Amino acid sequence: MTDFLSLQRSIPLTKSIAIRKTWRRSLQMVGTTEFAVAKHSDYTGAKIGMWLFLFTELLLFGGMFVLYSVYRYKYAHDFHIAAYELNQLMGAINTVILLTSSLTMALSIAALQRANRKLSNIFLIITIVLGVLFLVNKYFEWSAKIEHGIYPNSPLLARSFNNGETLFFGLYYAMTGLHGLHVVIGIGILTFMLYFINRQPTTQFAIEPAQVDELRGSQLKIEDRQGRKLWDGATIGNSVRRISITFKHYATDETFDRTNITKLENSGLYWHLVDIIWIFLFPLFYLIT
Amino acid sequence: MAHDAAIATTHPVSFLEERGRFTGILSWIFSTDHKRIGILYLFSMLAMFLVGATFAFLMRLELIAPGKTIIEPQTYNSFFTLHGVIMIFLFIIPSIPAAFGNFFLPIQIGAKDVAFPRLNLLSWWLYISGAALAIYSLVSGAAPADTGWTFYAPYSIRTGTNVSLTVFAAFVLGFSSILTGVNFITTIHRMRAPGMGWFKMPLFQWALYATGWIQIIATPIVGITLLLVIFERAFGIGVFDPTKGGDPILYQHLFWIYSHPAVYIMILPGMGVISEMIPVFARRTIFGYKFIAFSSLAIAFFGSLVWGHHMFVSGQSYTADVVFSLLTFLVAIPSAIKVFNWVATLYKGSIELESPMLFSLAFIFLFSIGGLTGLMQGALAVNVHIHDTSFIVGHFHYVMFGGTGFAFFGALHYWFPKMFGKMYNRKLAKIAWGFMFVGFNTLYFPLLVIGWMGMPRRYYDYLPQFHTGHLISTIGSWILITGILLVLYNLGRALIKGEKAGQNPWGGATLEWQTSTPPPLENFEKIPEVNRDPYDFRGIAVQ
Ligand code: HEM
Ligand SMILES: [Cu+2]
Repeated sequence: MTDFLSLQRSIPLTKSIAIRKTWRRSLQMVGTTEFAVAKHSDYTGAKIGMWLFLFTELLLFGGMFVLYSVYRYKYAHDFHIAAYELNQLMGAINTVILLTSSLTMALSIAALQRANRKLSNIFLIITIVLGVLFLVNKYFEWSAKIEHGIYPNSPLLARSFNNGETLFFGLYYAMTGLHGLHVVIGIGILTFMLYFINRQPTTQFAIEPAQVDELRGSQLKIEDRQGRKLWDGATIGNSVRRISITFKHYATDETFDRTNITKLENSGLYWHLVDIIWIFLFPLFYLIT
Repeated sequence: MAHDAAIATTHPVSFLEERGRFTGILSWIFSTDHKRIGILYLFSMLAMFLVGATFAFLMRLELIAPGKTIIEPQTYNSFFTLHGVIMIFLFIIPSIPAAFGNFFLPIQIGAKDVAFPRLNLLSWWLYISGAALAIYSLVSGAAPADTGWTFYAPYSIRTGTNVSLTVFAAFVLGFSSILTGVNFITTIHRMRAPGMGWFKMPLFQWALYATGWIQIIATPIVGITLLLVIFERAFGIGVFDPTKGGDPILYQHLFWIYSHPAVYIMILPGMGVISEMIPVFARRTIFGYKFIAFSSLAIAFFGSLVWGHHMFVSGQSYTADVVFSLLTFLVAIPSAIKVFNWVATLYKGSIELESPMLFSLAFIFLFSIGGLTGLMQGALAVNVHIHDTSFIVGHFHYVMFGGTGFAFFGALHYWFPKMFGKMYNRKLAKIAWGFMFVGFNTLYFPLLVIGWMGMPRRYYDYLPQFHTGHLISTIGSWILITGILLVLYNLGRALIKGEKAGQNPWGGATLEWQTSTPPPLENFEKIPEVNRDPYDFRGIAVQ
């Protein structure tokens, strides 16, 4: 039986951490229990949460797709005509851009899953750049339309366009606008991920209150492999309720915080969702003429 | 083993005493502990409830006699709008799930917290931001919104009042509600303690689970609808504007696709707490557990398909009218199943008339009136007669206030000792309940009557033949508000100088009563193993 409690984790640490459990009064060593301290993270839970959220996003756009279908049905001819106003080439370029970004997003995740942080970063940055390109494109597209006097409530629309066409453009601006907002949010999320993946990771061990009771009177120490004392911590007295130990590492391919993989996967799901919505918007507005 | 003994006798530190990173108010508004968040919601909601009730009180005062009494017509329009918005979006929708669901969902399934604690805190922040926006929309802009809480187009896109901001507030609140739903569903799926199978869960959990699904499925639709109203007002995109070819009826569809299911977001958690309290105070295991559990899901499902019953006179097709009317009658079945099960649970029980039980009994009575008047409205011919009359106002107050509102106050009395570790004056609680119950019926029953006679809803003035009804109703509002103030006084006093509450003052069998009062930070000293049914009272003692 070992005389210390070791906290184990998949990431190798240079120094072994031990909490030596001693009776306060007699200072005599006693046997200890091994505590398996699991880091609090539930992969499946995180995924369920994300999918539920994506579902609500789909419904959010779903409401507008309903409007689109109703008005398309009601004003089939006007929608037909109005679609000619949109620039198919611009739309196609943007579709290619977004599809490519979905690919690089997936590659970035795959790289991180294989612990290749650098490659993952590269793909992530490409994804962000593609997102920005999409927005730039959209900006030129919108401003061209606005310059031609085609925008909600514009005098031109009121004067020389039919109701159906007006609605077409109303929906066009509302739906691509909201989609664009989602791209902006997506870019924000991916930028945060870039930071998360590369920041100094920390690992935290929490010891449950029930287990803390068993540790009362012991002392927190750090020793090296030879048993030499490197650091002496406080004694775990009666007032202590919880113990948590936090380690800071350098972010290397071995030590980066692996919960980021789940986060990146979820960000990727979001990005794909934004992509899929565009896949529907593109034909509905640009192609069905 | 003197040392061990010393540990065993130390009193478990409750989440209220636990010291985190911050102290004072910061230790609350930045806490990710689901219990603290639940209490944050509770207090913010009670505050909003009081604001909403104040508007209502003033409206009732205005209606005490025909003609102008205290306020201008335009002010009246703003008052019923803000009263509606506040009561619906800021009080009744979040009420039971956000306050008691947050506090007790993890505890009742033996978990330490919800699945996403930080998201949970974000939900509360969104809630508070929405509340702040709603209040701000009152005092900023040209004039407070005057559209009614339904924001019907095309009026809502034309009126010069501050509709955009109010609508945006509702949008933010919807977002908060969605995040809570995501959190709760994930928690129930992933974090049940060992042994806590789906059918070992307290029925409150089933109600929260069904509610979570409605929140997720329905809320985004109203979210986008409200956004479109803002787009209409700001840019004039035309989708709801008849002059541009848009169709206002579509607005009504999209609005009610959410807002009818939303009434089940309001009522299901109420039914959930009633299912908790009835067995405890009848000291009998619940009758028909699975029926109640599945009827929650059935209500959630059928409730999503009946929205058209709000539009019988709006010009939707006759076929749609008939289908929606039929479906509306179908939703009544699972609701009635619950009522029968509660009554069957009471039968031959040894009933203790503590205040939570009184609220539960009132719930059954008032909800039955609300439900039956709802059925009357579901019948096509009757609906044409009573559409937009104060019969409707009576009906939905019976359901929302008499149902969910009373369940909320019942839950408050039931769980207060556990949440704060203090016991209130039980006798005063019963008296306050009496005021609320009598006041409630005096206030709303006359509305059913004069509505049937033809008194329109949302009207500032009325014909003399409705005077008696309005007078009685206004007197009822005074009695009701006295009851509410008594409740708040009693609980407030208990917070400050109530006696200490025991671990299990009512003899409940669900997990929250097996942990200390108030619960420790991580809810249990040790994650419990569940091996008994939630309503098995054998061997449970009042402590
Ligand atoms: C505190 C006691 C309450 C009183 C005295 C009261 C009174 C009123 C009055 C006088 C109206 C206006 C009726 C009209 O002019 O058509 C009204 C409308 C309304 N009340 Fe209440 N109410 C109370 C509590 C509640 C509660 C707890 C809820 C929600 C759960 C609620 C929800 C509503 C809604 C949704 C409307 C409709 C607003 C609209 O027409 O847009 N009320 N109430
Ligand atoms: Cu309805």
